[in-house]
Amino acid sequence: MKRIFPILSIVTVILLAYALYEALVVAPTDALQGDVYRIIYYHVPSAWTAFLLFFINFVASIQYLMRAKKSTEVAAKWIVIAIGVVGVIATFIPAVQHMLPTGMRPSAVATTVLLIPIFYFLIGRWFPGDKLDILAVTSAEVGVVFCTIVLVTGPLWARPVWGIWWAPGDIRLTSTLVLWLIYVSYLVLRRFSNSAQTQMLAAALAVFGALDVPLVYFSIWFFRTQHPQPVIGGGGSMDPRMLHVLLISWMAFLCFAFLVCWSRFRLELLHREVEQAHAMESLVGAGSTRTSLPLSRSSK
Amino acid sequence: MNAVKFLFAAYIATWVIHGLYLGSLVRRFSRLRQQVKELGKK
Repeated sequence: MKRIFPILSIVTVILLAYALYEALVVAPTDALQGDVYRIIYYHVPSAWTAFLLFFINFVASIQYLMRAKKSTEVAAKWIVIAIGVVGVIATFIPAVQHMLPTGMRPSAVATTVLLIPIFYFLIGRWFPGDKLDILAVTSAEVGVVFCTIVLVTGPLWARPVWGIWWAPGDIRLTSTLVLWLIYVSYLVLRRFSNSAQTQMLAAALAVFGALDVPLVYFSIWFFRTQHPQPVIGGGGSMDPRMLHVLLISWMAFLCFAFLVCWSRFRLELLHREVEQAHAMESLVGAGSTRTSLPLSRSSK
Repeated sequence: MNAVKFLFAAYIATWVIHGLYLGSLVRRFSRLRQQVKELGKK
């Protein structure tokens, strides 16, 4: 594992540099907006990455809450399987397809629904015990960073194109800001609360916070907004060369987010071990014994 | 042409935010490593 991190770091740096080159040099200039549209190569991948991280946080939080009791854990597994199966079948029923907003592809909905059980079981398998909670805090924190970028780059694009920094009352913009505030409060709760129930409360808050993600994503279909319509999976059109650059940029951002999450995860592991060691030390009595926790392992 | 400054501002802001966050991670790591050292000495 030690070798993978530097190798992946080099690959990510190359990818990010290539994505930057593609975004600034290779991608064609937009006929209406000019060069300023190139902000989407950072804005949109950051938004998608933030959504993905909040989704991971949601799944990890649900699992953490469900693991409190064996019966709820089993029930949750079957509910998730049912959501996956029923959701995928439903998207192929013509009556349901008619209910989808114009331009939204049923296959895109089916894929998204299918991701719920896949993520649920993979996360459950790879992150046993307390690692689930560590994954939740990691994904929330990195997600907030990416969401911050979305909120900063959005107005920087809007000012020259719309003539205003922010459209007050616009549901896409407001719901994104609310999403950011929810996850910031989640992090504040985790940072400053020392109660034994903090992890449970944070997990519950995360579940409610995640409900805002579909609102953010689907708001441009269901409400009149100033925000541009989606260019992928939503019936919009985009020059294939622009789409190509957008996907390269997203891949680069995903690799970068993965590396940052990895580092943050290790940091949280080390933090908990140090806290445990301090607690042990105060229990045993200051200066009377050496701690026996495997601190050296995680500090590497 | 004037709009290009917004493009560069957005790209620079993105990397400043990432840089600040990575810096905070490095700071937290080094603080924890210091604590680990101190615990090891006791």
